[in-house]
Amino acid sequence: MRRVGEAAFSKVEKINSELFSLTYGAIVTQLLKDYEEVDATNTQLEKMGYNIGVRLIDEFLAKAQVGNCGNFGETAEVIAKVGFKMFLGITAEVVGVSEKEFSLQLPENPLAEFVELPEQYGSLAYNNMLCGVLRGALEMVQMRVECSLTKDALWGDEVTEIRVVLKEMMEEEYVDDD
Amino acid sequence: MVVHTMQIFDRQGQPLYYREFNRPLAASKDEHKLMYGFLFSLKKLVASLSPKKGGGFYACSTSAYKLHYFETASGLRFVMTTDLAMADMRDVLRYIYSNFYVECLVKNPLWRPGEPITCPNFTKSLERYVATL
Repeated sequence: MRRVGEAAFSKVEKINSELFSLTYGAIVTQLLKDYEEVDATNTQLEKMGYNIGVRLIDEFLAKAQVGNCGNFGETAEVIAKVGFKMFLGITAEVVGVSEKEFSLQLPENPLAEFVELPEQYGSLAYNNMLCGVLRGALEMVQMRVECSLTKDALWGDEVTEIRVVLKEMMEEEYVDDD
Repeated sequence: MVVHTMQIFDRQGQPLYYREFNRPLAASKDEHKLMYGFLFSLKKLVASLSPKKGGGFYACSTSAYKLHYFETASGLRFVMTTDLAMADMRDVLRYIYSNFYVECLVKNPLWRPGEPITCPNFTKSLERYVATL
């Protein structure tokens, strides 16, 4: 799986990682200014991520050349080793896998490279966009999931951790409008 | 080698794109809807006939033309009709997906997923590619 990730990574366009971190920081700061409170900003970050995920999945499928996943644990591995590698240049660790849920741990996080949360924004889920991306992308491949940021290095935890819970496998159905 | 038509559906069966390259006889009314119904039922039937898991269809032929089908995990369906001389076109349809759909549409902020495709760049790239087949 790691090799598939490397291959996918070699196919995508790269940008300077500092530029990337700073741009993301600028987005979060602007959202905080616009929404004026932390909770609304968290929600908005997730929504933006969702819209990214809905598109990103096609680029992923086109470039990553992965087959169908047999179970949810396999999906977790593909996301951690191929997805994260392809779009962020890092790999995540999969922990706590079961039929319906898994967690992704990020030992390093390019989004939060130069970030410290000021005290009044202590509960800001700075990396919430990642949760949205996962939700959007998985929804396009028929998995309705809930994602939440359970640990964040910015909150003083050792790693950044995203919990993914499978709610439903969506069935394909034929919509007849007559 | 003649390509007759190319069309793309989304997961809900909405026709996103339709293009005729070489089609002497006019399309019938409701063709898109019938086509999607046909693909959907055929896919179900083929899956239930299969002796093992998997094994979806990717082409079917008549005495006059051949229909090629490629479906992505994200639910997009690429359909192309050609003359009978065309061999397996899955790679061609995958190429159209990864190089034109992703590059011209998915990365294009003016197009939203699920909208009919009007992007001239997509059509131009597709035409140029189909001409080389």
